[in-house]
Amino acid sequence: MFAPQFDYYRASSVAEAAALLEQHPDAKVLAGGHSLIPVLKLRLAAPSALIDIGRIDGMRGIREEAGQIVIGALTTHAELAASVTLQSGATALSEAAGMIGDPAVRNRGTIGGNVAHADPASDLPAVLRCLGAEFAIAGSSGTRTVDAADFFEGLMTTAVEEHEILTAISIPSGSGGQGSAYAKFSHPASRYAVIGAAASVTVADGVCSAASVALGGLVPAPVRAAAVEDALVGKALSADAIADAARCVGDSLADDEVLGDVYASAEYRSAVAHVWVNRALTAAAARCG
Amino acid sequence: MSATTFGSGIRRREDPRLITGNASYTDDITLPGMLHAALLRSPYAHARINSIDTAQASEAPGVVAVYTGADTDGEIAPAPCAWLLPDSDLKIADYHCVAKDTVRYVGDIVAVVVAETRYEAYDALDLIDVDYEPLDAVVEPKKSAADGAPQLHGEIDGNQAFHWTVTGGGDIEEAFSEAEVVVKETIVQQRLIPNAMEPRATLASYTPATGELTVWNTTQNPHIVRFLCSLVIGVPEDRLRVIAPEVGGGFGSKIAVYPADFITIFCSKKLGVPVKWVESRSENYQATTHGRDHVQEIELAATADGKITGLRATVWAGMGAYLSTAAPGIPTILHGLMLSGVYDIPAIHEDVYGLYTNTTPVEAYRGAGRPEATFMVERLVDLLAAKLGLDPAEVRRRNFIPKFDNGHDVVTGLTYDSGNYDGALSKLLGESNYEQLRAEQAEARKHGRYIGLGLSTYVEICGLGPSQVAGAIGFQGGLWESAIVRFHPSGKVHVMIGTSPHGQGEETTFAQIIAGELGVSPDDVKVIHGDTDNTPMGWGTYGSRTTAVGGAALALAARKIRDKAKVIAAHLLEAAVEDMDYDDGKFFVKGSPDSSKTIQDIALMANVAWNMPEGVEAGLEATTFYDPPNFVFPYGAHLAVVEVDADSGNVELKRYVAVDDCGPQINPVIVEGQVHGGIVQGIGQALWEEGVYDDDGQLLTGTMLDYALPRADRLPDIEVHSTVTPSPHHPLGVKGIGEAGTIASTAAVYNAVIDALAPLGVEAVNMPLTPERVWRSIQAAQGRN
Repeated sequence: MFAPQFDYYRASSVAEAAALLEQHPDAKVLAGGHSLIPVLKLRLAAPSALIDIGRIDGMRGIREEAGQIVIGALTTHAELAASVTLQSGATALSEAAGMIGDPAVRNRGTIGGNVAHADPASDLPAVLRCLGAEFAIAGSSGTRTVDAADFFEGLMTTAVEEHEILTAISIPSGSGGQGSAYAKFSHPASRYAVIGAAASVTVADGVCSAASVALGGLVPAPVRAAAVEDALVGKALSADAIADAARCVGDSLADDEVLGDVYASAEYRSAVAHVWVNRALTAAAARCG
Repeated sequence: MSATTFGSGIRRREDPRLITGNASYTDDITLPGMLHAALLRSPYAHARINSIDTAQASEAPGVVAVYTGADTDGEIAPAPCAWLLPDSDLKIADYHCVAKDTVRYVGDIVAVVVAETRYEAYDALDLIDVDYEPLDAVVEPKKSAADGAPQLHGEIDGNQAFHWTVTGGGDIEEAFSEAEVVVKETIVQQRLIPNAMEPRATLASYTPATGELTVWNTTQNPHIVRFLCSLVIGVPEDRLRVIAPEVGGGFGSKIAVYPADFITIFCSKKLGVPVKWVESRSENYQATTHGRDHVQEIELAATADGKITGLRATVWAGMGAYLSTAAPGIPTILHGLMLSGVYDIPAIHEDVYGLYTNTTPVEAYRGAGRPEATFMVERLVDLLAAKLGLDPAEVRRRNFIPKFDNGHDVVTGLTYDSGNYDGALSKLLGESNYEQLRAEQAEARKHGRYIGLGLSTYVEICGLGPSQVAGAIGFQGGLWESAIVRFHPSGKVHVMIGTSPHGQGEETTFAQIIAGELGVSPDDVKVIHGDTDNTPMGWGTYGSRTTAVGGAALALAARKIRDKAKVIAAHLLEAAVEDMDYDDGKFFVKGSPDSSKTIQDIALMANVAWNMPEGVEAGLEATTFYDPPNFVFPYGAHLAVVEVDADSGNVELKRYVAVDDCGPQINPVIVEGQVHGGIVQGIGQALWEEGVYDDDGQLLTGTMLDYALPRADRLPDIEVHSTVTPSPHHPLGVKGIGEAGTIASTAAVYNAVIDALAPLGVEAVNMPLTPERVWRSIQAAQGRN
């Protein structure tokens, strides 16, 4: 539990951080440290340097602009969970953030660090995929924007290149008649998601006009459950309709991609994923105001 | 007794320093010139060591020394096993503190680095090059017993550490051949990994000029550590001081004296400076002792009306790669002798095979043998109820040992002290509104909801124990306890005890005993423990014995003080001793309570000794060495209520009600705390905890991210009730309560889940009852595989 030796740099701006990353190709970026520090202490990684971006101005906080909710990458899980803006405009995100780890983790861990680490058992990637988030990525040559569908590339890999930093995440502000929710089968030890289901539905004139469902925890990177979405659109969101649609989730889970471990096998996770999809949809439907 | 102190739930006097960070643990202690040790542990479960190259590590920054088995061979004797189970063909494999040529579990020690800082020590570990030749491993006890299994210790045939048998009562074959009903089950008591809040640590300071050694150690029993260290390291006991400073929990995992402790001492002796070793949490998972790990084949014979006629079992107990200090006694003496439970069972037979496996050694873990026994008995009784279509409460009642208050013999050879098992169950059924719960369960089932009720009626053996028995069962120590009570001139009291509490609250309850016996305020009593240089010899804190044995020693020492004080008081009041009376700290002539001498008056006079009775020594101090005439047998009845989600297999614990009887309660708040903690640890076994090795012997649950400890938000409020049945042989009537909850609760929760699943046809699920296991059992029972 004693990390190997490393050099430490504190960046005061995104540009400085990007420059430091170019100087130290073996370095790791440190934000809240809740994924990185345990890896260092277990000596599973030995980067030559850490570049601390935790005190860069302007990378923290939640604001609304032009129909978007923009979240700074250094915003903590606790801040996400407590945000009135998110609670009303992106309920699933604040709900999921409130289920991460425990208070100590939520007070230190950041949304940017979480999604850049892209642990498949993490909660936020599925939610951001469900809500159609966009990711702002800065490098020495400027900033680019990547859609959630392209951001999460696979097991612990994202569109962020080695010399880049994730700076902000934007999601569309919720519209009237829309509700979202996150349901989680949490691992009894780690509290990571064994299965995480995020759902967003819009109801107009008593029927579902739009649906987005994404799963995490049981797949290397979050996936949309198109079959579930298709089964809902155009229907009244009754308990039976939701249950029937939830059972279509298997169509979106390729057998060879589902993850299993000593606690819960891939077969089991696939078989019961519908339970959490159902819960997320039921809660989301109840929130369509 | 003082009504305001003994028996009242005063606050724990330990807590202010613990919760404000003022307590000092082994790792908090820093000595001048102190170096730090780090241990290189085997990454293989079974391998031959071809060579070890330490050259690079030796030259690394800050490194003072690197030692391997070649350096320690002949200097550190093998770590001793101190429970030499008789009549069991016990075969003790040498447990070399640093492996000589073979490693036998992931975590076996291969080398030690001593450096100026902890970071430098860990950095140097990475520079040691070990050439291993991997060998086949075996991790499950029953597989270890099989023909063709990899052999751990060349000289020990078939990996068998021992074969122990208990037979009692009538002919067991006849009981089963003539039985009207037989129920059977195979149970896996999975391996559990204790997680004390404070990991283990040792600080050794050897002074070459005097030959004196002081050891600070995270132990439950410092006097045993001193005894064993003197044997293994060769420092005579008079020059060896062992201090257990603040110790942050143990649950049995801090009974053993470990190779790491001996190695740290060796390093200090070799280098002539203090050396500290503190384990990481990863090492705690890998190399601090584990618990349970049984495979149990069990069966029960009964009549058609539900009267038990016999119990038979075969148990394969995984012992790990070596026998830890007290390990052989746990799955045998503390397990097999308790198979009668709270029932009148006329014939019992059990075979226990202890097997070496390529895993971390097992030891006592809260309950130590008794949870595994209670689970067997309580499962069988529930199976019998299910088979006969009777309520589980009713089958229990048909078999309970009737109320007794001064001894009851069971066929395993034990004499229970006192009990009213039907009384505890009746109270439980009333407090929980059991009949109403059954009605709610029936109603829920109509709506496709699966609610289950689980009972566990238990008795356990603790307050270990008479020393003659200790000798007869091969325990290489005594099991008496000691206490010194010393009054200072101002009437303040020091109590020195041989036990070593580490979370159980005896600094409070022992002060309450003194308050009850001598009428002083608990605030005027300091309880001193854990330092072999200033406490009397004692055998330690485990087996729920600190109050049950040490508390008796203390009460008797206090009574010696009272007797002496009465003589002094009579002298001062110019009365005959036989005319004296005593009440709540005051001595007076019978009928004249207004003219009295307080215990504080007497303490002052005894210490200045200006006017003492003829022939009475100065001072007010007494010592007692108390060897109990029998064990104590607390008991109770627990109920768990669960709901199972059949779609996912998730188990929700909805309610938990406990009735426990530990005799008179010195401090009911502390009793309740012990009951809570104990119950939660047992629930952990039922629902969440499992130490998992893969077939190669790699530990897959080696961090807190993988090994699921109970968390408060997954538990209901625990409803605690009690009955009070004094032990007839204890001076205060009290019985132990530290392990009772754990002994009872695993079976209660398990029985509740099986009860919930009964309509779905599920009869058994391996623990822990994870959602996947429950879901699969439902699929299998419904023919849906």
